[in-house]
This record gives sequence, C-alpha cells and structure tokens, in this order.
Amino acid sequence: MSDQKPILALRGVNKSFGPIDVLHDINLEVRAGEVLCLLGDNGAGKSTLIKIMSGVHQPTSGTIEMDGQATGLPTPRAASEKGIATVHQFGGTFPLMSIGRSFFVGVEPTKGWGPFKVYDRKRANEIAVKAVQNFGITRIDDGDRLVGGLSGGERQSLAIARAVHFGARVLILDEPTAALGVKQAAHVLRIVNEAKRRGLAVIFITHQVMHAMAVGDHFAVLIRGAVAADFKKGQKTREEITDLMAGGETMANLEASIDGYMASHDGHPPAPVH
Amino acid sequence: MAETSIKVGPARSRGLSVPGFFRRPEAGAAAGFLLILIFFSYFGWDKQFVTALGSSTWLNFASKVGIIAIPIGFLMIAGELDISIGALIPAGGIVLAMSVETFGLNFWLGAAISLGVAAAIGYINGLLVTRTNVPSLIVTLATLFVVAGLNAYVSKHLAGTTQHSLQDVGAVSEFLMGDYHTLILGAEATGFVVFQSLQSSFFIWIVFAAVCYFVLHVSPWGNWIFAMGGDQQSARNAGIPTARLKISLFMLSAMAAALVGMTEATLANSASTTTQFGMIFNAIICVVVGGVLLTGGFGSVLGVVFGTLTFGIVFQGINFTTFDKDLNLLFIGALLLFAVLMNETFRRMATNWSSTKKS
Repeated sequence: MSDQKPILALRGVNKSFGPIDVLHDINLEVRAGEVLCLLGDNGAGKSTLIKIMSGVHQPTSGTIEMDGQATGLPTPRAASEKGIATVHQFGGTFPLMSIGRSFFVGVEPTKGWGPFKVYDRKRANEIAVKAVQNFGITRIDDGDRLVGGLSGGERQSLAIARAVHFGARVLILDEPTAALGVKQAAHVLRIVNEAKRRGLAVIFITHQVMHAMAVGDHFAVLIRGAVAADFKKGQKTREEITDLMAGGETMANLEASIDGYMASHDGHPPAPVH
Repeated sequence: MAETSIKVGPARSRGLSVPGFFRRPEAGAAAGFLLILIFFSYFGWDKQFVTALGSSTWLNFASKVGIIAIPIGFLMIAGELDISIGALIPAGGIVLAMSVETFGLNFWLGAAISLGVAAAIGYINGLLVTRTNVPSLIVTLATLFVVAGLNAYVSKHLAGTTQHSLQDVGAVSEFLMGDYHTLILGAEATGFVVFQSLQSSFFIWIVFAAVCYFVLHVSPWGNWIFAMGGDQQSARNAGIPTARLKISLFMLSAMAAALVGMTEATLANSASTTTQFGMIFNAIICVVVGGVLLTGGFGSVLGVVFGTLTFGIVFQGINFTTFDKDLNLLFIGALLLFAVLMNETFRRMATNWSSTKKS
C-alpha cells in the first residue's frame, strides 16, 4: 500500500496569523483506501489544519500536493472541485429541508427545458435514498423526510454519502463523532470504514482515541501546532496515545499523584474540590 | 436517544398522509384561514360578508399586501428582511406619475422606469447586506428613510408638489393596473356573480403568486433559497452564488413594492409621497402568519398566500361584524401571536415526526 502515491500530502506547511504561529512544519500524507487519524487536544491546531486542506486558509509557507503534484487550494470551491470534501461536526446539512433536496443542493436534478426547468423531486429522492442506503443506513427510506428529523449519526452518514456520491476522493471528517452517543458513533465509524473500503482517502479528526483506533491506519498527533508523533496502526497503545495528546507526561503525572494520595490515605481517592 | 434497532416497517408518507400534511409549511396557515373564514362568515353574515362584494373588500386589501408579502417571504426564508418597502410603495407610484404627467412619457415606459428605479434601490440594499454583513433590518431601515426623504425631495424639485395626479392613462393600462372588475354570468340583475369590484391588483397578485410558487417550489432556484436560509456557509460551499441570489431577492421585493405603488396610483389617479409604514408590518404579519420561519429555511408561497388572506379577513372583516371596530388591532395582534405559536408546534411535529420511530 505504501508504494502507492499519496492522494493528498502536506509538505512543510506552516501557518501563522500575524505574529502567532499556529502550525509548524506539518508533513502529512494520506493514500487511497487509508484512514489518517488526526489527534489533538483543543487548540492544537486541528481546525486550522482542516481549513488549509479544505481551501479556507492558505498556508504561510510549504506546499500541498495532490497525486504527487504541487497544487493550490485557493477557495473551498477549488478544493471540492479537486475532490476534497469536508464534513463538519453537525453534517453541514439543512435541518428544515428534505433529504432529497438537501442532498442535491447546488446541483439539483431537473427535467424540462429552458426557463421551465423543473426540480425533479422523485429522482432526487430516489438517488439520495439509494446513496445513503448503500452506506448501510437502511432506515432512511423516504427522501421527503426532513433532515432535522434524523439522528446525528444519520446526518453524518447522509453528508458522507453525499460527498462520495459527488466524487470526493479525499474525505475530511471534522470530529464526526464528538456530539454523538456510543451507538451513533459506532454507526459513523462503520460508514468511515465503508468509505475506506471504496478507496477514499479519509482524514478523520477527533480527540477520542477509542474512535480513532477503531478505524485508523495511520495516526498523527498534533501538539501546539506541530506533529508530535506520526505512527502506524499497532505501533502505540491507547494509553500512549492519550498521554501524547494530553501533552506527554501530564496524564501520567496526574495518575501518579492520585495513586500516591490513595496509598497514603487508606485507599481513598482525594475528596472532590468544590 | 440511541436505542438499538427495532424493526419498524418502512415509514412512507406520500400524498395526503397525516405527517405529510404537517410537514407542509402551509398546513397551519391553511387551517388558520379556514377557521377565521368560518368565524367571520358566521358573525358577518347579516352584513353581507359572504357575498362577492363583501369578499372584494378584503381581497382587494389583501392583494396589495400579498404582492409584497411573497418576496418578503422569500427574503425571510433566505434569512433576511426588507423594510424599505414602506418607502418603495410611494416611490413606485410617484415615479410613474411624474414620468407620465411631468415628463409626458408613455404609461408603460413610466412603469418600466419605476420598476428600474426600484430594482436599483433593491440592488443597493442587497449589495450593502452582502458586502458589509450588517443585519438587513438595519440596512433596509436606513434605506427606508433615505428613500422616503428622496421621495419628497425629488418630487418637490421635479414637479413642485408631493401630491401627483395621474389622469387618463389609457384604457388598457387602466384595465390591467388599476380598475374595478366584475364578472357576472348571465343577465346583469339576475345572473350568478362570480366576482364584483375586484381591483386589478388582485389578479396581478394571483399571477405573481403562481410565478413565485413555480420559482420557489418547482424550479431548482427555490432549493437555493431554502439552502441559503438553512445554512449559508454550507450553501456557499455547495456552490450556490449566495451573494448574487440575495441581491436578486432584494431587487424582487423592491420591485414588488413599486408595483403595488403603481397599481394604487393608477386606481386612485393620484400618487402621494407619504411613506407607508403600516405596510411594513402588514407584510411581515402576513408572512409570519403564513408559516415562514423568522430564522429562515422554512416556508412556502401557498402559506404566505393563506396568511395574507387570513390577515385581510381579520383586518377588514371586523367591519362586517357587530364587534367594536377598535378591537381590530387587538385581533391582529392575537392572530399573530397564535400563528407564531402554532407554527412552532407544527414545525416541531414536522421534524420530530420521524424520531418517534428512530432506531
């Protein structure tokens, strides 16, 4: 798999907003059929990195490569035309629109001619429902249903199905499981696996190590704007990753101090501080 | 929230099913209209509310608000508001009157100039809103006063008065823009009265509503308007030209207001620069009673039409009843409050209807 060229690669990307450096020398690559998990605590620079990859921000220096060729992503539109689709936490869908309509926003299927082009509701609904069902969400069977009536996981699935349907090659998922319950999150993770099986390159942003380990092939941990660790599946344990994300020693120290307290207090944990 | 999968049959809702009905934005407005119609038909029976002439009273009133309410509804669905219409109604009338009377132009040329002026003002509204991100309420509040001021200033300088006459516009223009129409099947005295003394603006309203229905619900552009109001960022990412679309909507509402001003001027044979502040509220009430969500993303043309009809009945119908006429505004206020609460409930039912059988 690794002899294959990466679809999307960042080479030495730096980003600063005025005097503040947000990202330092980021090197990342993601291949087809591979899930890259970007891990990091809040404020580690994950969102800025996503915005660079989806064309919202431009890197201050460094290059973005697609299929081995240096390229620019001047606008979100340009990024999506190159096949990079970003799905945000809440799915980026329209709660009060029907599934069919929201699936085809901007590219509505029409019938008729000239100024009398008519939105083809039946076809839109059919295609949308089929696309979602192909991802295993069989409970969506009516394209007239409002998106707001779907669960968080279903909305994510709809958004991912939409991106895949419109030819995305790189799927950037921004904390897709953050707001979801356990079962719903499992749902989304299955969809991520399905996207991977179909040969998409997935960049999965999360701070939930469990979710990352369930689907990831390749992991990158961001700390204060730099890639602190870059490793393959199975090279690190969950505890090691959590430690890394929390800034290395912090978690271990906390654990040690609690253990120390308990040892000297007949096994009682510290009283909660109010 | 996330229970395990329970086997549930496919949830179909096509045609006239109950959830399908509640999911329609005009459901509440239609139900409200029927209730109000029955109420006033009963209490206004003795004073001829349910006759062709009685209906014309509120239909004529409703038609003028209605022509403006639909584009305001579009804007509200897209998440914006336009209150400058209060000054654009007189602007439409006086530009037409001055073109014809002061400059001796042809009526239709004057009408085109009037629409052109309105379009330009709408364009400025749209440009200011999309470029500056200042809320459209404030932007159009400003243009409301700017245009109101210009109306008086330009009138006095060009024509020397703020009251313009508009005489002898020609039979065809009078017929199409500002006349009373009656259709009686059979003999004049004994035949069946289909409608009586309906103003031209009523027919313009119906045609306009049909065109707007096509645009919002049948053509693909409607989807863009809903998407823009639902989530502007996502809409832009999906490739919708949000700025251009928004500017077009502001131009549409301004031109609709000017059109109403022209029909009024043609009907009354005169135009005045008086700003119609009341129409701003009337139009907004019609839109909200029609089930359009103030926060955007939800609504329908049919709903706004029902809302306007309801508003027209409540506003004019009190004259047909034995109730004190001073209660008129109280009725309107209660209606608005009731409609907003109903809308909220209906919308919740529309979105939550499916969650009862969520996995």
